[in-house]
Amino acid sequence: MLMSSLASLMLLIAQLLLLLALAGAVWRLLRGPAVQDRVVALDACYTDGLLLMLAIALRTGSILYVEMALIIALFGFITTMAFAKFLLRGEVIE
Amino acid sequence: MDWSHAPAVWLILLPFVASGLAAIWPRRWHPGYVMTGTGALGLAVLGWWAPGLLDGEVVRWQHAWMPALGLDFSLYIDGLAALFALLVFGIGILVAIYARYYMPAHYPLKRFYTLMLAFMGAMLGIVMAGNVIQLVFFWELTSLVSFLLIGYWHQGESARDAARTALIVTGGGGLCLLGGALLLGHIVGSYDLGAILASGDTIRNSPLYEVTLVLILLGALSKSAQFPFHFWLPQAMSAPTPVSAYLHSATMVKAGVFLLLRFWPVLAGTDAWFWGVGTAGLVSLLLGAWIATFQQDLKAILAYSTISHLGLIMMMVGFGSTLGVVAALFHVINHATFKASLFMAAGAIDHEAGTRDLRRLGGLRRLMPITATLALISGAAMAGVPLLNGFLSKEMFFAVTLGSDYGTWVDTGVVLFAVLAAGLSVAYSLRLLVGTFFGPVSLDSPRSPGEPPRWMRVPIALLSLLCLLVGILPARVVGPVLHAAAAAVLGAELPVYSLQLWHGFTWPLVMSIAAFASGCVFYVVTRSYLAEREATAWIAPVSARRVFEWVMVMLTETLPRWQQAVFPARHLQVQLRVLFGMAAGVAALVLVQFAWQVPAPGRIDVGLAVLWLVGSGCAIGAARQAKFHRMTALMLSGGAGLAVAITFVWLSAPDLAATQLLVESVTTVLLLLGLRWLPKRIPGLVRSSPRTRRRRLGDFLIASVAGGGMGMLAYLAMLHPLPDAVSRFFIENALPGGGGRNVVNVILVDFRSFDTLGEITVLAIVALSIYGVLRRFRPANESLGTPHLRLQAKGGDPAMRPAHPGATLPGFMAVPARLVLLVSPFALLFAVHLLVRGHNLPGGGFVAGLAVTLVLIVLCMARGVRWVEARVRVAPLRWIAFGWLLALATGTGAMLLGRPFLTSWHGSGTLPVLGTWHFASALFFDLGVFAVVVGVATLILIALAHQSVRAPIGVVRHDDTEPT
Repeated sequence: MLMSSLASLMLLIAQLLLLLALAGAVWRLLRGPAVQDRVVALDACYTDGLLLMLAIALRTGSILYVEMALIIALFGFITTMAFAKFLLRGEVIE
Repeated sequence: MDWSHAPAVWLILLPFVASGLAAIWPRRWHPGYVMTGTGALGLAVLGWWAPGLLDGEVVRWQHAWMPALGLDFSLYIDGLAALFALLVFGIGILVAIYARYYMPAHYPLKRFYTLMLAFMGAMLGIVMAGNVIQLVFFWELTSLVSFLLIGYWHQGESARDAARTALIVTGGGGLCLLGGALLLGHIVGSYDLGAILASGDTIRNSPLYEVTLVLILLGALSKSAQFPFHFWLPQAMSAPTPVSAYLHSATMVKAGVFLLLRFWPVLAGTDAWFWGVGTAGLVSLLLGAWIATFQQDLKAILAYSTISHLGLIMMMVGFGSTLGVVAALFHVINHATFKASLFMAAGAIDHEAGTRDLRRLGGLRRLMPITATLALISGAAMAGVPLLNGFLSKEMFFAVTLGSDYGTWVDTGVVLFAVLAAGLSVAYSLRLLVGTFFGPVSLDSPRSPGEPPRWMRVPIALLSLLCLLVGILPARVVGPVLHAAAAAVLGAELPVYSLQLWHGFTWPLVMSIAAFASGCVFYVVTRSYLAEREATAWIAPVSARRVFEWVMVMLTETLPRWQQAVFPARHLQVQLRVLFGMAAGVAALVLVQFAWQVPAPGRIDVGLAVLWLVGSGCAIGAARQAKFHRMTALMLSGGAGLAVAITFVWLSAPDLAATQLLVESVTTVLLLLGLRWLPKRIPGLVRSSPRTRRRRLGDFLIASVAGGGMGMLAYLAMLHPLPDAVSRFFIENALPGGGGRNVVNVILVDFRSFDTLGEITVLAIVALSIYGVLRRFRPANESLGTPHLRLQAKGGDPAMRPAHPGATLPGFMAVPARLVLLVSPFALLFAVHLLVRGHNLPGGGFVAGLAVTLVLIVLCMARGVRWVEARVRVAPLRWIAFGWLLALATGTGAMLLGRPFLTSWHGSGTLPVLGTWHFASALFFDLGVFAVVVGVATLILIALAHQSVRAPIGVVRHDDTEPT
């Protein structure tokens, strides 16, 4: 009983911390100053989102939310890559 | 007698089938045969029915069309319909024969006959309609075909103008008629003609009677070219003469008369009917005759004379007396015969002499004696000479006017006007005939005239013969048909009328003699004056056509210009401001009533609040940067999207979260692809002045109001308990009814699969349009230079530049490229997983399709388009076609098994090795959705991505101008 309430408390704290991290990344996303900073910040946002979903999955005990995390893991990096390609080459697809 | 009713539907289909046949008719044979054959077949069917129809039987055929709306496709053929069908087929045959020799072989004949046959079907549809909505449908169809036929010579501006005028007038009338038909259906409670005809008292006593009558009258008057809508008919004479003979004298313009006769039992007999129909008829009668007297063009005389004669028929219908109906029907037959014959004769003269101008014609009696004799017979019938059919119906008309009892001055006026119009009719007939056929032979005509081909004369001869036969032996020739038609309109209360040549010395005969004498005198006195005259005396300054043109100019020039001055189209901002302002205003009107019952939020979830703060920050930032820093805005909107996705997960909606995440990625890449081609910011172009600041403040306010309103709406929607009947139904029936546990997916592919089918169709259309637009697109010169962001980037290393367009540097982004290759198979596997389990757990065709697209995108990014195209055969069009057809086939499969369209089947069982299986046929449908989504996304992607590998024609890419 104690353990489970402790675990849920820890999860709550973890979620809050992840949200803080997300807020920090968004701050960088908003402020810049360089475009590259923003791209990295967006990537950090995605990673934060992934971890948040895992935390939610742990809290609810549902495997479905792990799959959402899987989706971010499999496809989230594409956005970052597209931006990187655009910055480096001027074209996303060539 | 049911066995004889089945051909009714074949009869109505026959002309349409023939119309299609004429369009693909082999070049070797003349398409005129199709129309002649169709007319002959139609006449044969009518002849087969004749015994029954003449006895007052009604041929009916019915098929439930949209039973839920009370709409049936039904045919109702009584004596009245049969009379008009007889005209449609009979004159149709003659016109087809005539046109065979009138229209030169190098004209687009197939188009001509296709349209003529389509008209034949549409006109039959009107007269045989057993449902008023169906009647309106065919009514509009005749307007449309008439438009196409008037514009047959669409190279000429006058033909195009005339066609447009006719379409606007008759089409507008058709719209009014639709309103009238809907009101009739509303009053009676049924659109069925039988039901409507049986409830005359209900309709006449209804408070909506006047409105209904006015709407139906507007339809009838505009179609029959009655005052004040008469002006389209003379213009319509720019159509080929067979069209004028068929549509614009014998059949289509009589549709208005038919309509009024059809509804005579339920609408007539009131003062409103008398004044509305009678006045329009009287004015058209006099106006048409007066203008016809002043025309110099043969066809123009005939056109105005048609207006006049139709006015006469309308007037008789308007009297509301039973004898008036009989006389109107009789004159419908007579007018069709002599006017069609005269039109054909005028066409023959035009064909031979090369002109239709009375001033350039003369003495044709000597050059084309047979045509002259035939035209003289028909012309005399038009003038109302004894022994011809026009005389008889005119006598009957006089008898009707004498029977008028609407007060002394009305009665006297009607009689006087009748004589006056008849006199004018004599005068213009004399002008037409004497001017064309008598006098010295004119040497002014462009060609030396001779007799037209024999088969061109045969239709004229048949019609002229009919004029004579009806005129001499009326009771024998048309008696039964007229009786059947009149009985269909009037029912049992047929008036006493006698169809014979000599009634004794009666008042109508006196009126006839007076009209004849005054017409002759008028002609002799004004002959030389009229020969020079260009414009119509007295009324030339006021012309309905000019009024119409003024209205059209107002509507298409003046008003739009004024509107453009007030709401300039060049500044989209103004339009958007108006649009959003109105939307916000309307929304505020609705929302204001909820304002005091906004429930207070309950417990606040701290985590969600933080998440939303972050997300809103991103959204606001994106809006702020959107104008000048598009890429930053794109990234910020990505952040906002992520926040939304996490919220979905937080609120336990993994389906939405997955879709949101994948859509986010695809959209970002597609926008980035397009971003390249947007125009660059020009520094210093926009100066910040107090005015712009004020404008921006206004825009900001509108944006805040719109966004805040939307937010409030969402807030209210979420906090208000909804009536849960619908959602409970879906949740309770998903597994037993649709065989799936994922309610969202079951709704998409089963309960509402018809919607989904529509959506994927739209999606495919959108993709094809994008492809079509971008296929020919070449980037603007300005956007060809190296993107400035790339210049700012630290990696602006010359070595990183591609050597030529489309070149891929080996070793560039090597690590991600390798990683992508490793991840892709798993991503694809995951997509399949999403697709297959979609019916029971989050996933489905749409999400899976997006996932597959993303894999393709990332491969293209990492390895280049050429690398991918060399290894994967991407054929998006096939994907789209396959998916759409599969979805359709799934639905049709259910129909083949006798179930409604798109019914799904599901079942389960046990297999030896694999264990329990569960299957729903909706999976095929989902597979279709999946394929369409993949095809659409890749098609758009390819269309956008190919821009960068493609340089504009003749322009060298500006890569070398990049500063180092």
